Amino acid sequence: MVETPAETLPISSGEDVVRVRQAVRLRCVEAGFSLVDQTKMVTAASELARNTLDHGGGGSVLVETIHLGNRRGVRLTFQDSGPGIPDIARALQDGFTTGSGLGLGLGGAKRLTNDFSIESTPGQGTRIMIARWKLT
Amino acid sequence: MPASSHSEISAIIDANEQQILKEWLEALRQGASLETGRIKEPELNTQAKGFFSHLRGALREGGLDVRSRGYETLRSFLAEVSRTRALKGYSPSETAMFVFSLKRPLFDAAAKSADASAAAQRGWEINQLIDELGLQTIESYQKVREEVILRQQSEISELSTPVVKLWDGVLALPLIGTLDSARTQVVMENLLQSIVDYGAEIAVIDITGVPTVDTLVAQHLLKTVAAARLMGADCIISGIRPQIAQTMVHLGVDLDVTTKSTLADAFAVALQRMGRTVVDVDSIAGRTAR
Ligand SMILES: Nc1ncnc2c1ncn2[C@@H]1O[C@H](COP(=O)(O)OP(=O)(O)O)[C@@H](O)[C@H]1O
Ligand SMILES: [Mg+2]
Repeated sequence: MVETPAETLPISSGEDVVRVRQAVRLRCVEAGFSLVDQTKMVTAASELARNTLDHGGGGSVLVETIHLGNRRGVRLTFQDSGPGIPDIARALQDGFTTGSGLGLGLGGAKRLTNDFSIESTPGQGTRIMIARWKLT
Repeated sequence: MPASSHSEISAIIDANEQQILKEWLEALRQGASLETGRIKEPELNTQAKGFFSHLRGALREGGLDVRSRGYETLRSFLAEVSRTRALKGYSPSETAMFVFSLKRPLFDAAAKSADASAAAQRGWEINQLIDELGLQTIESYQKVREEVILRQQSEISELSTPVVKLWDGVLALPLIGTLDSARTQVVMENLLQSIVDYGAEIAVIDITGVPTVDTLVAQHLLKTVAAARLMGADCIISGIRPQIAQTMVHLGVDLDVTTKSTLADAFAVALQRMGRTVVDVDSIAGRTAR
């Protein structure tokens, strides 16, 4: 079966966020995700893409299909050169926001995925990686 | 002799004009340009003849270089043909056929009027020329389609989201598509205005058509519900599919309103709150008959 190669998508407008969701949805369908798993991954992608745009001042996402043994998954790596997150633990707390959002996106994205990691340097930018595996 | 190639092609065209035109039109007809009835025979004739006369001018002034100034009129003529076809809903290949189907008649004419090696050379040049023009046609087609898509996008986002009256005092707001902030603002204002206009007590917000409910969408819903409440109306949110419900739980979003999986269920709840109910006609008829 042909697999879509890894792709990097820009995130610099609201339309880009829509496109990221669509690309992630297609990728999850291709990886054989159930409807629930697709929805979880797409929603997590939407949260992080929105953060990249609103808090990170724009950036990009690398969308990949990944393999481990005979398991398949989808991995997304969001990257921006924005202000960074000074206190990651705090940013992950439900309800914490420095903007006007609900403050549930970061923690929500973590709960919706199997792997989650943040690297962030204040003043330099943020890199967040999430992955979800097809349940077998 | 490459310098004179174009004049030789011009000469071929001059000597065989009627024949080429006839065969080309025949090919266009067979290519179903007329069959579907989207383009009428006279229009096709005019387009073919127009193309031909512009092509001769272009060959004279621009040689074989399709990107040169000499080809400007021909290029804009082709752009117009593509545009008309794109707007009429032609596929890209149907549109490109207009130019590509000229290849054969031109080949045949070249083969007739030159010796074998010259004919092969002319054939190659004609091939190049028509391919380039064909690509230009597709490019223009693409551009027009993109314009159409952009226009439709903005039309869709401007589409006033209709507020539907379900019953006295009960309104429904069926949301469809992406809830970006600009549109959500419009939706919210429409709903609040309708609540006032109809004196509604219950508003059902149906999100069956919203593909993703993330925290931003949830926030918009929460704001709409809160504003409706201030206007004296209670909201019910319907169309929450199982996968959306599960995802919302993980996000930690609590909409703090009655939610139902279908609009029908929400309507039943609304009627109940209004002190009404839907009954089977037969069961009433049976009772009154006795
Ligand atoms: N890419 C980023 N760059 C800088 N700060 C970020 C980034 N992503 C998240 N944050 C910080 O983490 C906080 C919490 O994010 P989130 O849980 O998504 O809530 P919200 O987006 O509603 O504020 C944000 O308010 C912001 O301060
Ligand atoms: Mg967020």
